[in-house]
Amino acid sequence: MPTKRIEIVQDILNVNDQIAEETNALLHTKHIFSMNIMASPGAGKTSVILRTLQELSPLVRCAVLEGDTAPVTIDAEKVSGIGIPAIQINSGGDCHLNANLVRKGIQSLDLDALDLILVENIGNLICPASWKLGTDMNVVIASIPEGDDKPYKYPNIYRGIQALVLNKIDLKPYVDFNIQYFKDGIAALNPGVEFFEVSAKTGEGITAWAEWLRKKIHDLR
Amino acid sequence: MHELAVTEEILHKAEEIALQEHALRVTDIYLQIGKLSGIIDESVQFYWNALCEDTICAQANLHFEAVPALIDCKDCGNQYELDHDLIPCPACSSMNLKIAGGEEFILKSIEVEK
Repeated sequence: MPTKRIEIVQDILNVNDQIAEETNALLHTKHIFSMNIMASPGAGKTSVILRTLQELSPLVRCAVLEGDTAPVTIDAEKVSGIGIPAIQINSGGDCHLNANLVRKGIQSLDLDALDLILVENIGNLICPASWKLGTDMNVVIASIPEGDDKPYKYPNIYRGIQALVLNKIDLKPYVDFNIQYFKDGIAALNPGVEFFEVSAKTGEGITAWAEWLRKKIHDLR
Repeated sequence: MHELAVTEEILHKAEEIALQEHALRVTDIYLQIGKLSGIIDESVQFYWNALCEDTICAQANLHFEAVPALIDCKDCGNQYELDHDLIPCPACSSMNLKIAGGEEFILKSIEVEK
């Protein structure tokens, strides 16, 4: 039987990337700035998000897409508890959000009444790195108790980000965390990335981070 | 970890091309996996075995070509290959580095029987 070799050379993640681009274009027509927030479980994604929203809202009209692997609404309830629209996205056990899930989530939002959408990705330092969501920006929230070696162990996640938020700096006195070593690792992977030190617990550093974000939102409008 | 999703994508693409080509079956699928892509070929193979059943790709063999992780030193211009850990430039110890290759995951070609 005759056989035929067909050359393809296609990036497998291309389908996802296409949807991501469509989402980004849609959000831009509505002048909405969007951010994909990635972190390991327990880094304080939701706590940093809540602090950030309190800083920005109501002048900046915000919404949050809450990604979770299971249909639990703990995080979404925290966000809606402070009066911010929150949509729960259940990844059905998957270790990351993808562009399609985000597109579906966005359909439940009133895009004419928003300036900012934060997407809280699944707590994981590996998989979310490979999946574009269509946001303007990717951010990693790291935290002091995770240890300073994370950029060396999970390099992919730090590569495509525009900002790194180091949370729980109130714990610095109790943990051997070498900030310079941590920063060197990130600089090697992603030179010039914005770096913020914050504590979602005490509020330290949140204003500087929120101001930077406010400027990004403003630049888009 | 997320190989299920990418494997589904490979199958979907291979089925699409087989249909276009009016193929009887897909015999071989050639993939390139960068060492920094985070994708493990054993996992792709594991999901593939489950997914390809009862499809036009049921007997297709997967071929994996590993693409090395290449790093360019931005200080001295040295290019080197990473094994596992991110290490400073072996020539000048700089950490001012740029990734030059190894992030790709590409469906390169397929072979079909007609």
